[in-house]
Amino acid sequence: MDNKIICRCEDLTEEEIRQEIRQGARTLDELKRLTRTGMGPCQGKTCRPMIMRILAEETGVRLEDMVTPTVRQPLVPITLGDLAHEEN
Amino acid sequence: MEKTEILIIGGGPAGLEAAIHAAGLGAEVTLIERDPFLGGQLTKQTHMFFGSYEQFAGVRGVDIAEKLKKEIEENPKIKVLLNAAVAGIYPDGVVTVSQKNKFLKFKPNRIIVATGAYEKMLPFPNNDLPGICGAGGVQTLMNLYGVLPGQEIVMVGAGNIGLIVSYQLLQAGAKIKAILEASPNIGGYLVHAAKIRRMGVPILTSHSVKEAYGKDFVEGVVVHQLDEKWAPVPGTEERMSCDVLCLAVGLSPLSEILWQAGCEMKWIPELGGHVAVRDEDLLTTVSGLYIAGDVAGVEEASAAMVEGKLAGMAAAESLGYSVEGLLEKKDSARSELAELRAGHSGDKIRGGIDRVERLTRGKVTC
Repeated sequence: MDNKIICRCEDLTEEEIRQEIRQGARTLDELKRLTRTGMGPCQGKTCRPMIMRILAEETGVRLEDMVTPTVRQPLVPITLGDLAHEEN
Repeated sequence: MEKTEILIIGGGPAGLEAAIHAAGLGAEVTLIERDPFLGGQLTKQTHMFFGSYEQFAGVRGVDIAEKLKKEIEENPKIKVLLNAAVAGIYPDGVVTVSQKNKFLKFKPNRIIVATGAYEKMLPFPNNDLPGICGAGGVQTLMNLYGVLPGQEIVMVGAGNIGLIVSYQLLQAGAKIKAILEASPNIGGYLVHAAKIRRMGVPILTSHSVKEAYGKDFVEGVVVHQLDEKWAPVPGTEERMSCDVLCLAVGLSPLSEILWQAGCEMKWIPELGGHVAVRDEDLLTTVSGLYIAGDVAGVEEASAAMVEGKLAGMAAAESLGYSVEGLLEKKDSARSELAELRAGHSGDKIRGGIDRVERLTRGKVTC
């Protein structure tokens, strides 16, 4: 029964994350590109700590050595309307 | 482009104190808060604080928030933006802010990041059933909106948040079936744990959630015992019915802005995750960027407020502002922090901070 949800935004289970790692994903960035984890509304705030632990278990990489994905703007969802109304 | 001398990101305990103290030195401050109100976690803390007189001992968190808010509203040097979230920080020092129907750009001289922390989640089967929620969420529902999330609660985590929220749930009339704690020891203050034990709530150490069950919402949880290596002990499974499973399993610092700004970050589990390397003024490795509160390392709100004071004074000082006895005031804030982190319960925090603090003027002895 695979219903341990790791990434709530993208509805990803622990088993799905482990499968990707077993098929060769080695970094948080690769997992992000393959599964969209961390790309939903919470931007990885909930899933990141759990995914780091899974990745450490599967690959042996220590948490302190783990490379984290680049944090890009915008940090919060912005409407196109707000951008269009920007002054200056 | 909006101009401000010091931009403070986050209007919780750390940000409020930072604003008051930076403005107290004469600096012009803009305080940005994502919520429609100031106060952060203080607004749901109905319990009285410990510590000293300076740290509002004996005052309820929610009353501390009111007091600080009033000071801020009365200070013409502080501008407050509510419903405003930082959208990004750019290499030229520009900070973009998304506020209801507005997109603002700031070019501050100094930045204090006081964004706080985010609740951790646990992976176990059926962890997405409605009724499973974080302790912060439960506290928001109950203490801010007056909604009791359920009648029969199983709490996970016997740290201070798990213990305090359990007590508040009891006060609100809910039944706590048990508090589960994976480690062999209660993590929170014994005075909180004793209060709950006196009310007949079992605190099961070395116990964890195996899985939750329920059809459309959580109906119960299977708990199991853990051995000294944190492995489940077969045959110890026990079913507990509940309508809320509340997770109080720690917080991680909300450090996205710091990553984006290019701060040197370190993984310090004792402080909740990735935190920025800082000096004794809470200045990060990025020039002009300070940190305070849980984003600098997850601690109690009391420590967050003192860090806010220190970062606020330091940021204003770096702009050339001063008051009489500033050095002593900063030293006294550092002594307050040392006091809050003293003793056995502060071992982890002190160990974590030792690994991430780069002292430029030698260690403060107090």
